[in-house]
Amino acid sequence: MIKRITASPLIWPVLALVALLAVNVVLTPTFLSIRVQDGHLFGSLIDILRNGAPTMLVALGMTLVIASRGIDLSVGAVVAVSGALACAHIAASTDPASPGTVITAMGIAMGAAVALGLWNGMLVSVFGVQPIIATLVLMTAGRGIALFITDGQIVTVTSAPFKVLGAGFAFGLPVAILVSLAVFALVGLLTRRTALGMLLESVGINPEASRLAGVRYRTIVFAVYVFCALCAGIAGLMIASNISAADANNAGLWIEMDAILAVVIGGTSLLGGRFSLTGTILGALIIQTLTTTVYTAGITPETTLVFKALVVIAVCLLQAPKFRALLSRKRRPSTPAAPAANAPAQSLSVPVPPTSAMAAK
Amino acid sequence: MTTRTATLPRIGLSDLGKLARGRYLSPLASLVLFVVMFAVVVARYDFASPTQVFLNLLVDNAYLIVLAVGMTFVILTGGIDLSVGSVVALSTVIVATTLRAGWPMPLAVLAVLVVGPLLGLLMGLVIEYFDVQPFIATLAGMFLARGLCYVISVDTLPIKDPLLRQLGLNYVYLYEDKFIRWTVVIALVVVVVAAYVLHQTRFGRTVYAIGGNRQSAQLMGLNASRARVSVYAISGLCASLAGLLLAVQKLSGYSLNGIGLELDAIAAAVIGGVLLSGGVGFVLGSVIGVLVLGTIQTFVTAANLDSYWTRIMTGVLLLVFVLVQRVLVRKPG
Amino acid sequence: MTTPQAGPSVAPVVQMQDITIDFPGVKALDGVDFRLLPGEVHALMGENGAGKSTLIKALTGVYDIDAGSITVDGAEQRFSGPRQAQDAGISTVYQEVNLCPNLTVAENILLGREPRRFGRIDYRAMNRRAAELLGVLDLTIDPSSTLGDHPIAIQQLVAIARATAISARVLILDEPTSSLDADEVAELFRVMRRLRDGGTAILFVSHFLDQVYEISDRMTVLRNGRLVGEYPTATLDKVKLIAAMLGHELDLLEEIADTVAKSGTHAGEPVLSAKGIGRTPRVHPTDLDVHRGEVVGLAGLLGSGRTELARLLFGADRATSGHMSVNGKQAAIRSPRGAIAKGFAFSSEDRKAEGIIGDLSVRDNLVLALQARRGFARPLSKKTKDDLVRRYMEALDVRPRDPGALVKNLSGGNQQKVLLARWLITEPQLIILDEPTRGIDVGAKAQIQKLVADLATDGMGVVFISAELDEVSRISDRIVVLRDGHCVAQVGADCSVKELTSLIAGGTQP
Repeated sequence: MIKRITASPLIWPVLALVALLAVNVVLTPTFLSIRVQDGHLFGSLIDILRNGAPTMLVALGMTLVIASRGIDLSVGAVVAVSGALACAHIAASTDPASPGTVITAMGIAMGAAVALGLWNGMLVSVFGVQPIIATLVLMTAGRGIALFITDGQIVTVTSAPFKVLGAGFAFGLPVAILVSLAVFALVGLLTRRTALGMLLESVGINPEASRLAGVRYRTIVFAVYVFCALCAGIAGLMIASNISAADANNAGLWIEMDAILAVVIGGTSLLGGRFSLTGTILGALIIQTLTTTVYTAGITPETTLVFKALVVIAVCLLQAPKFRALLSRKRRPSTPAAPAANAPAQSLSVPVPPTSAMAAK
Repeated sequence: MTTRTATLPRIGLSDLGKLARGRYLSPLASLVLFVVMFAVVVARYDFASPTQVFLNLLVDNAYLIVLAVGMTFVILTGGIDLSVGSVVALSTVIVATTLRAGWPMPLAVLAVLVVGPLLGLLMGLVIEYFDVQPFIATLAGMFLARGLCYVISVDTLPIKDPLLRQLGLNYVYLYEDKFIRWTVVIALVVVVVAAYVLHQTRFGRTVYAIGGNRQSAQLMGLNASRARVSVYAISGLCASLAGLLLAVQKLSGYSLNGIGLELDAIAAAVIGGVLLSGGVGFVLGSVIGVLVLGTIQTFVTAANLDSYWTRIMTGVLLLVFVLVQRVLVRKPG
Repeated sequence: MTTPQAGPSVAPVVQMQDITIDFPGVKALDGVDFRLLPGEVHALMGENGAGKSTLIKALTGVYDIDAGSITVDGAEQRFSGPRQAQDAGISTVYQEVNLCPNLTVAENILLGREPRRFGRIDYRAMNRRAAELLGVLDLTIDPSSTLGDHPIAIQQLVAIARATAISARVLILDEPTSSLDADEVAELFRVMRRLRDGGTAILFVSHFLDQVYEISDRMTVLRNGRLVGEYPTATLDKVKLIAAMLGHELDLLEEIADTVAKSGTHAGEPVLSAKGIGRTPRVHPTDLDVHRGEVVGLAGLLGSGRTELARLLFGADRATSGHMSVNGKQAAIRSPRGAIAKGFAFSSEDRKAEGIIGDLSVRDNLVLALQARRGFARPLSKKTKDDLVRRYMEALDVRPRDPGALVKNLSGGNQQKVLLARWLITEPQLIILDEPTRGIDVGAKAQIQKLVADLATDGMGVVFISAELDEVSRISDRIVVLRDGHCVAQVGADCSVKELTSLIAGGTQP
């Protein structure tokens, strides 16, 4: 049982998260405390959940895209566009505080997100453009479009219903985290209770073989990009709602990088194939906890990035089999001298041992 | 003995046709596009001297040219380097800070030129020997470099060294009143050196070979590992140098410099015909890409548009290029 | 065990003695002796897992040896990498041509050894030297053309030219003919003979027994990591060779011949009737019928349109002309999904790129097509899945019997069986098999051929493509001969391999 747990790829993110929380507790003994205030829960942990909700949501969408052997760099731009559209609509409406206006605004924003997702999906699956370039196009142009919508200004709105998503509480917890967890549950069920997860992994590992086996390759690719953009759209609404404004320049800045990191820390490979939604949630939590740790520890915010870099490097190295082998000094008795991966698969019925370029000769 | 002539499959091609296919076609298309764009801009807006407008492209973008050259090396091996923008910023901050701390100018410059390659080397080693994806490793590098920037200083630090000021401010007159600056000269030297290395040295051919088929390159006896690590060091060196050029241009160091610059470098390379999958492309192509990006900026400024139009137009152009490349690179039959 | 025959009294170029290589859990090579004489073509024979590939990798410096010695030209060597082996005069051309398709022919030939002048690479001299080397082998390929623009057969010859550029004393060819048609094989053999006559020692690995007999002077047979024996080719006939390699699967081959002989003629509606089906420019409009319980073989050279025609039937490519009917009713098959819905199945010739999902388990690979057809919303229950998986793994003898194993770790033969099982689980009425026995050992080959014969007996329609004409001839009820995208003849099962060959080459039907 212990062996099963330690062999699971999720062990490293879990350990990292526990370590971070432990550091926090040491620095701030009240870190783990949660109290009730104003009718809802309050505390550092709650802050982590609330601030990390948008990243978590985007990372969920990103997980599926990466599993399909793609990547979506445009989510930041979609976040900006989504917030811009919603705020522009509310600001321009006659009754900004009415729930109807807010719902319409959110509808417009999410509709735009879906359209942008379809755009990405079309470039990748119909035109065959490499995902990194295809989404780079929208990443570059998208923020410009968001600025165009807000005319270069920060658009503030005063609307109580709009604040609920990003800054509100329900059942004592922040609405934002509830939404993210709901999406997590939904996607989890969808991918693991149906065959969608396996078909997606199949597409990511070998798209052509999947197509020949009758898998709906194109539909799946479209679906993951649309889902990812939709997640980004909702995240954009959360962020705009949190500050009651649309800041097209800064909304979602670098969120794509955080999302990709969350996915990778969670154990999903950038090369596509097997994915882990739970891992992604853990990864997002780690990234957010890191930021909070820096705050609560009283370290100047300038050093946040350095810590982030170190944690990312540490987790990625620990996940790399070669690094772990180096640490535990496990040496194979007959270490091959150079990459042998080129052997035709049929020549040996035993797996070809991976070569270690570090093998001393 | 019978001689067997192996002909290219299906389509018979004349020599010019052969040259125009594949590897040369994309950069040529980019060049044509640049010329057309530039001509349109110059025709539409009243410039005192179109030649100077072109030269200004070089002056304003000298540092980006150097950056794009370094990025080309990495992309040719099939990798990517997201850290370069932050290394540029770090370089400006280091040079400004060390000069203010009283270091002699050569030492300050040397410090900068060591930091970039060092970081690149570290990233390259992690990528090559621990199999970490270039995207992630260089992203971590980006955070690290940017973080170090903030740690050192968040203010804008002026640069007062006389020699550097000369480098940055002096005009280099070409003919009549047409001028460039020393930064352009340095950038062009870098381009020439890079082209030489890539096409005339064994190392350069190894870089192309790895991008074509890494396994093959290794089995052909080339030192693929060393080459792969080296390109990240080279990219780091170019980023450092670009940082110096930027520092000299603005005569200050600022930790918020260069945000997003790596994406500009990548866009320039893609527009210039360098394939992100590796093995295909020329530094000259990346230079053309930089000029294209510069022309967009010139247009936006001349037409008095809001600056975000630069982003939109860059995105559109990138899209056009990518689609055109899909059509061109398609195999026959 | 047979002692090495007394060969010519020439010192061997390569002498490997008592080579042992261990991998975790298995002894890949156990005390193997091997020698290579100059000026000979030496075939290395054995099933998958016999150790051929491991022996070659030991010789080329890719693997370390745990025991034994390697001597090249009398000097003992310890290679630490491919470069050292190359420097010692040993070069290898692998099955997957190991060149860089983005570089030119000349650059590939001389990569790492470019002629220099004043510190710069002298491209003109490089192109000249490349043309010279190609000329030595009597090849006229433009040295400045991009390698990737040439077909695989040419790329392979370029790889051999590179080997000669290294002044190879030893040239190792690992499955060089898998992707070549008969003309190209003849060309390759011509080049090999030229090199052999010039004193090069050539080590040749191939599953095509006919080719081995045609070109090799001596053979070494390995089985289960051990040396069985070293023989002059002329003294070892095919039966004895196969017996040395396997021992037991011989009977299977006889069974197959019997099974096919038993199946009778076919009346009634064809499962598939294609009229004028074609796709410019590779496949000209062709008629093809497949009846229930019938095996239709497609025979022809590479490029004759066999695979392309098969892909059209399955909807993997869109046809530009013609129409198809299934069981008498018009059917427009425009995608693999459409074909699968009609009860078709297709096993691609490129197992690795278009067949297996390497990182998924055997279980997932097996149920993939069935699940895709059901749609994602109706997942198979665990019980159903486990039942199906167990049944089919047993029926096809997939080894190891572990449904959770990753498919990429299986041998080629077992991967092919998993692929076949994937399709059989969907219970198709027509199955198209493109080179199902390529690159797998004789034992698994025989099993698959028997399987095909049994499927037909049970009423399935089968389209069978193979480059090995004796296989096509043995299994098919009817053979469609293709050349340059045209169907040039349709013959019955009584057509001999010789007649088939002449039809393919361009002779008229007698």
